[in-house]
Amino acid sequence: MHLSMPKPEQEILRNRTRLIERLREIVPVDNVIDEETQLRAYECDGLTMYRQLPLVVVLPENVEQVSKVMALANEMNVKIVPRGAGTSLSGGSLPLGDGILLGMSKFNRILEIDYANRCVQVQPGVTNLAITKAVEHEGFYYAPDPSSQIACSIGGNVGENSGGVHCLKYGLTTNNLLGLEIVLMDGSVLRLGGKYLDSDLYDVMGLMTGSEGLLGVITEVTVRILQKPEAARALLLGFPSVESGADCVAAIIAAGIIPGGLEMMDNLALVAAEDFQSCGYPRDAEALIVCELDGTMSEVDHLMTIVSQIAKDQGANSTKASQSEQERVQFWAGRKNAFPAVGAIGPDYMCMDGTIPRNQLGFVLGAIKKLTKKYGLRCANVFHAGDGNMHPLILYDANKEGDIEKAEAFGAEILKLSVAVGGVLTGEHGVGVEKRDLMHTMFSETDLKQQQRVKCAFDPKHRLNPGKVFPTLHRCAELGKVHVHKGKLPFPDLPRF
Amino acid sequence: MKTLAPETEKDVTQIVVTALSQGTPIDIIGAGSAAALGRPACAEISLSTLGLNGVTLYEPSELVLTAGAGTPLSTITALLDEQDQQLAFEPIDHGQLFGGSPGTGTIGGLVAVNASGPRRIKAGAARDHLLGFRAINGRGEVFQSGGRVMKNVTGYDMCKLMAGSYGTFGILSEITLKVLPKAETEVTLLIVGLDDDQAVDVMTTVSGLSHEVSGFAHLPAVGSDFVSPAPAELADRSLTALRLEGPEISVKTRKSELVDYLAEPGRQIEQIHSLASRSLWAKLRDATLFRHGSSDQIWRISSVPTKGAQLVKDLMAKQVPVTCHYYDWAGGLIWLAVTPANDAHAPAIRDVTDIHTGHATLIRASDDVRASIPVFHPQPVALAALTKRLRTSFDPQLIFNRGRVREDL
Repeated sequence: MHLSMPKPEQEILRNRTRLIERLREIVPVDNVIDEETQLRAYECDGLTMYRQLPLVVVLPENVEQVSKVMALANEMNVKIVPRGAGTSLSGGSLPLGDGILLGMSKFNRILEIDYANRCVQVQPGVTNLAITKAVEHEGFYYAPDPSSQIACSIGGNVGENSGGVHCLKYGLTTNNLLGLEIVLMDGSVLRLGGKYLDSDLYDVMGLMTGSEGLLGVITEVTVRILQKPEAARALLLGFPSVESGADCVAAIIAAGIIPGGLEMMDNLALVAAEDFQSCGYPRDAEALIVCELDGTMSEVDHLMTIVSQIAKDQGANSTKASQSEQERVQFWAGRKNAFPAVGAIGPDYMCMDGTIPRNQLGFVLGAIKKLTKKYGLRCANVFHAGDGNMHPLILYDANKEGDIEKAEAFGAEILKLSVAVGGVLTGEHGVGVEKRDLMHTMFSETDLKQQQRVKCAFDPKHRLNPGKVFPTLHRCAELGKVHVHKGKLPFPDLPRF
Repeated sequence: MKTLAPETEKDVTQIVVTALSQGTPIDIIGAGSAAALGRPACAEISLSTLGLNGVTLYEPSELVLTAGAGTPLSTITALLDEQDQQLAFEPIDHGQLFGGSPGTGTIGGLVAVNASGPRRIKAGAARDHLLGFRAINGRGEVFQSGGRVMKNVTGYDMCKLMAGSYGTFGILSEITLKVLPKAETEVTLLIVGLDDDQAVDVMTTVSGLSHEVSGFAHLPAVGSDFVSPAPAELADRSLTALRLEGPEISVKTRKSELVDYLAEPGRQIEQIHSLASRSLWAKLRDATLFRHGSSDQIWRISSVPTKGAQLVKDLMAKQVPVTCHYYDWAGGLIWLAVTPANDAHAPAIRDVTDIHTGHATLIRASDDVRASIPVFHPQPVALAALTKRLRTSFDPQLIFNRGRVREDL
């Protein structure tokens, strides 16, 4: 709860009335929200522990308006925080008191579906699931499927480089993108890529993906769609220990099999999921693997046999194969609802998102178990086991004094441990404000400065989503110098937070 | 030209710091297999990455490999072969295209040019498999980004920038790649005698089916040159090649379904397996159809798959003297050989590409030609300016590969 953000700039606050007037010259009057009661709706995103009223909310309706708003903000030196559906789990769209919150919710149209070239062109406010819904009658789907897919927007998916349970085989957002239209802080509009592969020179589209709204505002997205595999079946594999479950995951991959989905839950998580919505999970298992295999009918049956045998060899004490599409969906329901299910036993939870080398799974889970004792908090573990992306859910009670601070310290220890074993702070939720102050555990000052120099190429005045991702703000002029004086503060008045 | 071959990151840094203080540009070179890609090198000093050699991490069950940037691709391939794994993006080997020998390239080189191959359409390019790297920027600082895990959104995705930056952002010293299991088996269906329009139509339609075809190419007229041993009846016929890979049992099912789907009265469909199939796709990947003995200039055009055949027709209508062409990526990639000209027919080729959207890269031409016309597709003003700012954010004095990708970069 002790999040420090850049100090509000008084000049911006003083110019608020004038700013609002000018914004209303750009977008319809009602699309500028300045009443406190209405601003409340935007005070946080999916990371609800941090809240801040925005200076003003603007809801542009087309790219010209976005461009004009950006150019105006640039001219008046006002900050901008872009926001899609507001489902970020890392506070990526946490408002700033001296910043315009640029809501992209009115960009909600599917512009073109091109089956022959297997792509869909959409506005960024379209939800992830709506893309699949729009093409599924032709047998197609959009592969990345974050658990929030019913609500999260595709623009936000690009901003965060969202994953999901199928990304081991089908890739993250970045691997399924073909084109973007973006608006830079100076109002210029760039089109990157299109219905074709690769960039003409530097991969700016790849850089934009996962840049957490710090480089530009996304106004159009072209994604690739895939034909659904002929068949998909899921296996539920119960194990007497988390270690044997982890070994099974490694053995499946070592056998040359890349399943469509490969997920794991520990006992606390799987029992919570089963209580939340009965889906046939074995309550007595210490670890449960959900493994989905897809392809032709013959291939799926063949792979199901191989994986079942591998599981048996690795000590699985229960194996259940889905016998119908309905049952496959049911197997997944528990996993997909694992967060709310754990929330139900919470009363509150904090979700971590580190990725670790898979062979460290047993060690890290053992360490987490010890930490539960140290902090006196429970922790349910849900992970994308195939790619080593862990989601430890730390349970706490926000009404209990000191619990939040304990949960935060617990979470930070898990993330530091993830980095120490060769992993990373965040696999798919983003840095945002949540992991910002831990960036030094993974990156040196030189690494971070190089990243900020890239930021300077897009936004030299740090007007776009400042206070996110980077723990320290460096002026671009300072970063631009060839000889940087390490360890010294050349500008003692530099805003540090 | 003086060539330096540092063996440690520290040595690289020292060289860069010295070059910075003297204002001397450096050309970065691996094995040199793609040295003729981009605008001609012009620096007095070249820095070879070959000393940064060796695999430092390979964990087959984690699907990850880390190696020094100068490690030969052949070393890595041999190591992966032992575990039935591969670089799934099927990187092009530029060796033969530029008159060198095949199999000499380095892992750093293939990342620097964002290499890919026919499987690009399904499995991505180098950019999609680069998990992390270490590099020395144009300030002489060692920096790193990414990691060794499959899923990572910590900080900007600098891997995407480094892949395909042609050494203009830094000297790669270490590279971590995602590796994947090899397919158990492969088979290629060859549809004989389709014209370009029919072929593109078939390929784009099949790319929308659930058969997971991993290669879609069309070779007009001279197709049989690519198949060895080529059955006599294929001589001088066009070939449309569709590759299926995976477990035996799956390939068998998909093949028979696909053959049924494609069957038409009078349509001839051949099959080639294992070695013959692999050799065909390797030739398509490496563009060996364009023999280095010929002086033809070579272009690579990435455009909208369904527009492929029309694009080539439009080029011919504009009097571009196309001597040979073929399609990959279901029509989305066009390899083109043209009769040499001082401008490599760039204006016409780029106009037509712009009409259909996409980008045309001049792959092979003399140094003079590559120095005088843009090798990479010209960008709109705002993007060109951003490109320059990105370049200087890594290398403010343009010390690395100056002029390699664009005259002002």
